[in-house]
Amino acid sequence: MIITTASIFVDDQAKALDFYTTKLGFQLKTDVPAGPFRWLTVVSPTAPDGVELLLEPSEHPAVRPFKEALVADGIPFNSFGVDDVQAEYEQLTALGVRFVQEPAQMGPVTTAVLDDTCGNLIQIAAMNAPESGTTA
Amino acid sequence: MDPIFQALAHPARRLLVEELADRNDQTLFELTVRLNQVHGLAMTRQAVTKHLAVLGEAGLVRATTQGRTTVHHLDPAPLTAARQWLDAIPHTPEDPR
Repeated sequence: MIITTASIFVDDQAKALDFYTTKLGFQLKTDVPAGPFRWLTVVSPTAPDGVELLLEPSEHPAVRPFKEALVADGIPFNSFGVDDVQAEYEQLTALGVRFVQEPAQMGPVTTAVLDDTCGNLIQIAAMNAPESGTTA
Repeated sequence: MDPIFQALAHPARRLLVEELADRNDQTLFELTVRLNQVHGLAMTRQAVTKHLAVLGEAGLVRATTQGRTTVHHLDPAPLTAARQWLDAIPHTPEDPR
């Protein structure tokens, strides 16, 4: 068994496709009608055959309160790997992306948390070089 | 002054104060990650929430919102009375004013 798809609930599929492609730089992989919605996935351009991120409508009534509670406490729903969190932070900020947590060392990783404009927070993360260690 | 010293009487709460002094307005998620990953505690989000509430009762930390996200803000003003109380006790040669 392999993991082919990971999903995230988005408030608006068209808006999400725009954000995840033009801001985060993912590529459209699949876009087919699914009832009143779409089966809509994006992939990383460096791993076009890798795990697909399914942009799933926030339709179920339980989804919105769940998402709102996570956002209120600053909890990211997904984490994406980057080479350099600081560089990514600066590039995305220049594109108008809003961060709720600026880059910070968290023990072995450096992370930052951004708002995907579709009701989710997303963490970006990179492992620290061993010599940069665990200092705060 | 009792609420201030009670608030500072727990190591996790002192760490929370240090964290917010270093970088103010952190989310519950960020504070919890930092206590666990940077300071080596094993603390649930619920426990951090309780400690933040104690700091809040002492007036040291209050929750504000940025967009739809709640952040925790350190206000050091209530420490003034505690600092003055400590300073009124004679200082030692190792600890001059």
